[in-house]
Amino acid sequence: MPEQMATQQNSRETLSFYVAGFVLLVVLPLLNVLPGEDSWLYLSDFRLNQFGKFLCFAILALGLDLIWGYCGVLSMGQGVFFGFGAYCMGMYLALQIGKESVYGSELPDFMVWTQVKELPLFWYPFKSFAGALFGGILVPVLFATIFGFLAFRSRIKGVYFAIITQALAFAAWLVFNRNETRLGGTNGLTDFKQLLGYRLSDPSTQRALYIITVLALGATYLFCRWIVASRAGKVLIAIRDSESRVTFSGYTPWMFKLFVFVVAAGLAGLSGMLYVPQVGIITPAQIGVLPSLEVVIWVAVGGRGTLIGAILGAVAVNYGRSVLTNYFPEAWPFILGGLFVVVVTMFPDGLLGMIRKLTDRKKTPTPLIKAEGSTAA
Amino acid sequence: MTNDNLILNCQNVVMDYDGFKALNNCNFSVHYNELRVVIGPNGAGKTTLLDVICGKTKPTSGKVLFGNGINLVGKNAEDITKLGVGRKFQAPSIYGNLSVWQNLDLSVKRASKGVFPTLMGRSTPAERERIDETLETIGLTEHAHDRAGSLSHGQKQWLEIGMVILQDPSLLLVDEPVAGMSDKETEQTGQLLTKLAGKQAIVVIEHDMDFVRQIANIVTVLAEGTVVCEGTVETVQADEHVRAIYLGRAKVAH
Repeated sequence: MPEQMATQQNSRETLSFYVAGFVLLVVLPLLNVLPGEDSWLYLSDFRLNQFGKFLCFAILALGLDLIWGYCGVLSMGQGVFFGFGAYCMGMYLALQIGKESVYGSELPDFMVWTQVKELPLFWYPFKSFAGALFGGILVPVLFATIFGFLAFRSRIKGVYFAIITQALAFAAWLVFNRNETRLGGTNGLTDFKQLLGYRLSDPSTQRALYIITVLALGATYLFCRWIVASRAGKVLIAIRDSESRVTFSGYTPWMFKLFVFVVAAGLAGLSGMLYVPQVGIITPAQIGVLPSLEVVIWVAVGGRGTLIGAILGAVAVNYGRSVLTNYFPEAWPFILGGLFVVVVTMFPDGLLGMIRKLTDRKKTPTPLIKAEGSTAA
Repeated sequence: MTNDNLILNCQNVVMDYDGFKALNNCNFSVHYNELRVVIGPNGAGKTTLLDVICGKTKPTSGKVLFGNGINLVGKNAEDITKLGVGRKFQAPSIYGNLSVWQNLDLSVKRASKGVFPTLMGRSTPAERERIDETLETIGLTEHAHDRAGSLSHGQKQWLEIGMVILQDPSLLLVDEPVAGMSDKETEQTGQLLTKLAGKQAIVVIEHDMDFVRQIANIVTVLAEGTVVCEGTVETVQADEHVRAIYLGRAKVAH
């Protein structure tokens, strides 16, 4: 019986994956291109672009769901890894501005007004697009490997780990804010013109970026699903349930934590790289303590340890923000905070938990992380 | 030392917690494939002894020789597990959010339990067969795909015993397996342990004397961190000194 339920659940998830993929990849771009601007079906360039941004956040949220939802390790520093990816892409885009800049210099504008005469050495790899792609993943991955190794190896756990990752976010924010870091200080990097020769202001470029983001999200989701379905995925849940017991099953918990922390950092970097060309700016304000915390809220609201919940939460909360900040700009932080409190205290399984409860009301309520598909392991 | 029939030989083990000696020159040995029961009043150091053997705590001094004379002192828990010491904790310690089958699958002894082999690994038919056999042995075949957290207390204890068996230990340490079990469950647990003895050495800590009588050949009595008496159930129960310790009248002579 439970097996049947598990396969039902799986096939339902596969079906939703195809439906969502079709809508995001085909329907939305077509609604942007085909109907006239007066038609009620028309999806504006602005909306499509905004949706692309939400989907970038969904990739970021998937990474946090792996480490927090499955493995139970709360990282409050995902914004930092997002920032590494975003800045790597931002540096490439800033160098692509070239003579089009305000001062007509080959150097990015901020270097001109902070009197930097020559391109700093660490900017050189980002002259090439390949360098940016490579760096956007490699930098967060390397940083997470070193940071995670030191933290997990010393058996820093639970709330202590959450606090040091928050401190990391704060430190990164401070460093990126300094002009001496040569990354544009408080103003960050912006005013980008082109990517691989395509104008970023062109709607078709943005549409292409949107489609690439959808594909990246789909690939990320499948990758995460592969991890959680593997035996290592079960070890992650086992670590969350009873870490000390895991050592007596012969596994070394800190290595698994490190692995999943590094994966989450890589995904955050990918998310940041996709974010920058679509939004057109990256500043330290987007990588500090608050943005890192928001990721936690998205995942909690969507439903932890479910993957789909992370995507749902990232899109729903950000969509809610875009709507509500129109009407009540001052109230948004309170709404966000209130949402978090309500979800954590009343709906610990988040949006997805509520949906599942509503759809299979007749069956006995099952927890979200259930023992499913074990025979396929 | 002289007896090479021993799988476990603890020599002069001292565990000193800031002046309180939970283990005080404890000498304790177990033969291959023996079922040994350790009894003793509260605070005698029974659980500490198991903690020291399986690497959960490091003793202040002394040696724990295992198998062909490997000293376990100073090794970490994962390595000791790999050498073939399995530990069943007192409180049922299982992975509540995984299925019974997944709990067992994670526990199977495998060549490597690193991150990447675990990520890529799929259970071989032989492993599946072993897991099914173990399910049979611990009587949980029907619950294979249930969430382990939803099992009854007794079933959780059996599941954990199953998990330890699948690690292929040559020495199984079992801490108060029947605490909180119904009479029927207690009896079944006794049968389970007796069935397992003979394939591996088992050390069981227990309070329940009826249960001890059901399973034990040789009983070791521990008090104040040291072994005071060893023998058959009858010998031990007849021993004046043991009675006195249990009634709290005598001090242990070191």
